[in-house]
Amino acid sequence: MSDKEIIAIDVRDAVKRYGDFTALQRISLSIYDNEFFTLLGPSGCGKTTLLRMIAGFEDVTEGAIFLFGDEIENLPPNKRPVNTVFQNYALFPHMSITENVGFGLEMRGKSKSDARKRAGEMLELVQLSQFADRKPSQLSGGQQQRVALARALAPQPKVLLLDEPLSALDLKLRQAMRFELKELQRETGITFIFVTHDQEEALTMSDRIAVMSAGEMQQLGEAKDIYERPHNMFVADFIGETNLLEVSVDQITNGRAICHLGGGHELTCSEVEGIGVGANVHMSVRPERLFLSDEPTESESLKGTIRDNIFVGTDIQTIIDLADGPKMIVRTSNSDRGNKRIFEPGAAAYVNMEAEAARLLVD
Amino acid sequence: MARGKYDIKAFPGFLPMTILCLVILYAPLAVVTIYSLNDSNSITNWEGVSFRWYADVFTGPESEKFKIAAWNSFTIAIIAATVSTTIATLAATAMVRGGRFKLRTVSFGLISLPLMVPEIVTAVATLIFFNSIGFTRGYLTILVAHIAFCIPFAYMPISARMQGIEDTYEQAAMDLYATKRQAFTKILMPLMLPGIISGYILAFIISLDDFIITNFVKGAGVETLPTAIFGSVKQGIKPNIMAISTMLLAVSIIMVTISYFVSKSDNTK
Amino acid sequence: MAAGAASGGSAKSDTYADARTWLLLPAWAVLGIFILTPVLMMLVYSFLTKEFRGGVIWELSFAAYDQFFCSRGLFGDEPCTVEWTYINIFWRSIWQAGAATLLSLVIGFPTAYFIATRPESVRPVWVFLITIPYWVNLLIRTVSMKFMLRDQGPLNDFLISTGLIDSPIHIVNTNFAVQLGLFYSYLPFMVLPIYASVERYNFNLSEAAADLYASKMTTLRRILLPAVKPGVIAGCILVFVPSLGSFLAPDLLGGAKNFMIGSLIEEQFKGNAGNWPFGAAASMILLSMVLVILMIFARQQAKAEKGAG
Repeated sequence: MSDKEIIAIDVRDAVKRYGDFTALQRISLSIYDNEFFTLLGPSGCGKTTLLRMIAGFEDVTEGAIFLFGDEIENLPPNKRPVNTVFQNYALFPHMSITENVGFGLEMRGKSKSDARKRAGEMLELVQLSQFADRKPSQLSGGQQQRVALARALAPQPKVLLLDEPLSALDLKLRQAMRFELKELQRETGITFIFVTHDQEEALTMSDRIAVMSAGEMQQLGEAKDIYERPHNMFVADFIGETNLLEVSVDQITNGRAICHLGGGHELTCSEVEGIGVGANVHMSVRPERLFLSDEPTESESLKGTIRDNIFVGTDIQTIIDLADGPKMIVRTSNSDRGNKRIFEPGAAAYVNMEAEAARLLVD
Repeated sequence: MARGKYDIKAFPGFLPMTILCLVILYAPLAVVTIYSLNDSNSITNWEGVSFRWYADVFTGPESEKFKIAAWNSFTIAIIAATVSTTIATLAATAMVRGGRFKLRTVSFGLISLPLMVPEIVTAVATLIFFNSIGFTRGYLTILVAHIAFCIPFAYMPISARMQGIEDTYEQAAMDLYATKRQAFTKILMPLMLPGIISGYILAFIISLDDFIITNFVKGAGVETLPTAIFGSVKQGIKPNIMAISTMLLAVSIIMVTISYFVSKSDNTK
Repeated sequence: MAAGAASGGSAKSDTYADARTWLLLPAWAVLGIFILTPVLMMLVYSFLTKEFRGGVIWELSFAAYDQFFCSRGLFGDEPCTVEWTYINIFWRSIWQAGAATLLSLVIGFPTAYFIATRPESVRPVWVFLITIPYWVNLLIRTVSMKFMLRDQGPLNDFLISTGLIDSPIHIVNTNFAVQLGLFYSYLPFMVLPIYASVERYNFNLSEAAADLYASKMTTLRRILLPAVKPGVIAGCILVFVPSLGSFLAPDLLGGAKNFMIGSLIEEQFKGNAGNWPFGAAASMILLSMVLVILMIFARQQAKAEKGAG
């Protein structure tokens, strides 16, 4: 696990502008040594720009970047002890796999034979020794991906940058590679900074995640935290599936906020800093944190009418219209079917949730 | 052809037109090739196949003239192609990998200038230029003129190729501690090779084939193959001219074919 | 689009931005000194006084342009009336080049269309077949054409042997021979741009038209042609412009009667009889015509692109 004493990458007030367009608005963040850190956001959010600034492919308009205490933002990429796994791998097509993996070492002044030897070791690590003399085009997508990893790791960088490295793979391979990448990070003990737009990828692999949007950091935290306690609308909506309801806050007591929503429904949510009485905000509750019942329960219960049930494999998704209010989506695991009853469309039912699960969001 | 009852793309008569087009393009070349093998002193009567006119090119009364002309043509073509390809490669690197800059449009205009100005105008202008600076016309003036107007022909395939190569390869090299120069020589140049070879071949053919500009700047006594052939043709088409034309034709076709296959071999895949 | 701006296409790549001046310097120098400067000097020469043994005297004179446009009688002392000799040569050149362009379009369009509708894998082979002849020496091609078209040449022999004609048709030294020669010289230039635009054309549009009851010919006229018009115009210009100033085809196939601009210019620099300022002036007039055509074309292309974007 990561070592919170040592900071591997320290980004301080970094700004990136292209002419009038601001791609990154004053970002500050610290990435710990030996951490699997993910920059997550939709395309155009600035995550790749930030990664490329760390790699040295983009200048920093304002601010500074430190690598283990050394200021690096003015160094060219070939002087920075960080390596990148590119989105489309960028394996040199005219070189063999061994030459590709050995390239960085050779550029650092190692002899050809040393570079070959180390390349061989790296290929063993990623289990591709038998392809050492092939050209990149003769390898499958997944194999190329592993070569790209081996090549970037061979010079033993202090930090490894990964720019959406799994996006070119098909779903099955992508899932397998998530595990492999995580393993590799643990084995090598190198800090990984991973860029992705895939929230599932981010949640399954990362120690910590920075969610970005429109050039700004929206939330920084551990995967579980980000999922269960989204800080704002964007994060709640972008990560996972959620019910977003407009509510107004009536009263706050003991860390609980009493809110009401359209149709006269009342509801207790957990308090969030920065939201006071009288505020009109959004409330987020994950569909799997909801359950249905015939009668009101001890939890927060809202009355409604079942509209439809949708079978989605592992779950059943039930759409329910709250009386005079918005609709909500409830997910019921299929494995629970035995002890939970399915409500037919048109039936009256109650939607229930723990106050813990209902999160108020700042805009 | 008959891919079904109604083919929205097919128009009757377009295939015959295409065949007509190819016939028109190739018939004269085929005819000259066939008649170059004619075992006759006259170009009109067919008297069987022989290679006597090919032999005549190398040993006949005009052979000395052709030998010198061929030497001039090929040395000029090789030097002009080498120099113009080098210049074009450097220029393409600046144009394709140099970001946006003020003089980009101007530079592009300058590079394509020889393609826009009618050849005869370039010829006149070059003649006037050498004359006004008091440069004696000869081998050197031909060479310099060829270097200049071959640049765009070398430039086009090279820049097209470079645009097709993503710059992430060079970025990856620099990420792996290569300097800019190393990224250029170890990564970009090898990937560019097919483009550079086709650029070189096109420049070579353009130089080898040029008649008009050469005719203006060659000065007295210096001949290249096209000017020598033109001089002979003015007195009537003779069989040995058809033989030498066929050989030159073969050189062009072989070179273009090589260029075609080289550019088809995509070493980025 | 921050990510787009960041990762950048290769066209926007600035890897060698710091070295671009040095990289461009050789091209600037060679083209600037040996192409641009000569063209500018040609402009200067067209305003100088001719020397009788070829060359010029460095004295400002409008005699070259005067000679081109003005007729001043036998002794050169009458007021200026329009001199038709050279204007007619230019006019004939335009006409010949236009005819060659039309001929190329009639043959080139179906060919380009046909190639562009072949399966994708064989298209490059067809394109290659069309372009090969272009790379064969223009002189050799023109000589071959002349050889073929001669009165006793293979074409007439063939036509007589099939019984279509009784005596040879005289083609060489006619306007038609020149048109044929020009057409033959530049045909690939017509085919390639049309091919490129037909290849880009989305045939779903034709299908949509057919679905809406348009006949094939209507579809071609109303849907396809407007879409590929830029390619057709580009092809016409690529044939017309070099035809206008060509020298070999009119010289070898046209004979003395069918003089074109190229021959007129060439004559001014041959031996001692020439008139360099006049040749330079004629070249300038040709160059201006070409540049005007190219500029109109460029403006239209830009407009078309804006309309499409």
